[in-house]
Amino acid sequence: MRNHVLRPLFAALALVALILTARQLMVPSDFGVHGDSFTYNFYRADSVNDWKKFPVSYKGREYCAECHEDNTESITKSKHAIIQCENCHGPAMQHPDNPEALTINRSRDLCLRCHLDLPYPGSQRGELPAIDPNDHNPEQECVECHNPHNPNLEDME
Amino acid sequence: MSCSRRDFLKKGLVGGAVAASLPLSSFKFLTPAEAKSAVGDPAVRWGFLVDTYKCTGCGFCVKACKKENDVPYDLPITRTWVERYVITKDDETHVDSPNGDRDGFKDTKIDGKTIDPKDISKAFFVPKLCNQCDNPACVQVCPVGASYQTQDGVVLVDRKWCIGCGYCIMACPYGVRFFHPVYKVADKCTFCYHRISKGMKTACVDACPFGARQIGDLKNPDDPVTKAILTERVAVLKDEYGTKPQVFYIGLDENVR
Repeated sequence: MRNHVLRPLFAALALVALILTARQLMVPSDFGVHGDSFTYNFYRADSVNDWKKFPVSYKGREYCAECHEDNTESITKSKHAIIQCENCHGPAMQHPDNPEALTINRSRDLCLRCHLDLPYPGSQRGELPAIDPNDHNPEQECVECHNPHNPNLEDME
Repeated sequence: MSCSRRDFLKKGLVGGAVAASLPLSSFKFLTPAEAKSAVGDPAVRWGFLVDTYKCTGCGFCVKACKKENDVPYDLPITRTWVERYVITKDDETHVDSPNGDRDGFKDTKIDGKTIDPKDISKAFFVPKLCNQCDNPACVQVCPVGASYQTQDGVVLVDRKWCIGCGYCIMACPYGVRFFHPVYKVADKCTFCYHRISKGMKTACVDACPFGARQIGDLKNPDDPVTKAILTERVAVLKDEYGTKPQVFYIGLDENVR
C-alpha cells in the first residue's frame, strides 16, 4: 500500500500512544477501584488520608476542663450541662496559643436560639423555658441577670 | 486413571451421604457482599440517627459544622441545616430555614407569615445533612472519579481531583452538595471524616445539646445508633429514589420533603 495512505494511520497510532503515556504520567498510581463497586469505589486512595488530615477545631469539654476545671464543673451542675463549652465560647482550635481567636458570644441572640418562645407541639422546643424578646427586658443583655453557667432563677444574683 | 463400576458406585454413595448430611444453606450462592459479611469484615459502616422530637432548632450544629469544616461562615452555603415545619389546621405546610438555621430561628414568623399558635396542628424541626447513601447518585455521575464512597460508607470529594463541573450538585436528590467558593470544588458533609476516623463524634453531634443527632457504626449490633435503627420506627428521606440513605430519622413526618 502507498505511504500516503498509511500516514494518517501512523499519526493516529502516535496520538494514541501519546495520550496513553500522558495518562500514565498524570493519573496517580493509587487511582483505582478500592472496594466492591467499580461505580462507587473508583478513586484516588490517598484522598482518604487527605480528609483524615483535616484539622480538628472543636476539641470538646474534656479539653477545656484540663485548665478551666472550675468553670466546667459549675456548668455540669446546672441545667446548661447539656451545652458544650465551645457552643458559646467558640472552637478551641487555636486556644490557648492565641487567646484572641476565642470569640465568646454573650449576645441575646445566642440565648434566643433556644429560649425564644416557639410553642411547637411535636418538638422538644415547646418544653424549654422561653421568653418573648420584645417583652422581656428588650434593651438588656441576658447575661446581665442570668449566669449562663448556672441559669437557675433561685440562685440569680 | 481407571475406576471400576464398583468403586464408582461406592464413592458416589459416600459423596451423596456427605452432601445429604449438610444443611441446605451451604448450597446457597452468596453475593460478594454476603460472603464478605459472613467471614467477618472488620470495617465499620457509619450511619446517622436524627431524632426530630428532640431537635429544638437551636442551630448550634450548623454553627459548629461551618466553623469545624471551614465552610465560609457568611455565605449562604452549608453542609448541614435545620428546617422548620409548621403545619396549620387548614392542612397547609409552612417551611423555612433562615440562613440554614446558622443563628437559630430568631422569628416567630415563618417565611414572613405570622401564624397564630392556636392554628398550629403540628410543628417541628428537621435537621438535614448528607445521607451518605449506599447508592450515591452523586458518585455515579462524577465524570472524573473525584466523588467516591470510602470502605466505611462515607461519600467524599477528592479536592485535588474534582474539576468543579457541578454534575454531582445537580444529581443529589437531597440538595446537600454545593460549590465551594474557596477551593473551587464540589463540597458536602463528610460525616466529619477527620473526627470519626480519630474516634471522635462529628462536630454537629458534639454540638447538639439535646442528643437529636447521633452517629454510629451500623456494622456493630451493640452500637446505640444501630440498636435504635433496628428496634425503633425510623424512616429515611426520599426512599423512592432508591439511593438507600444511611441517615435515619425518628419521627419523620410525611410533609417533610
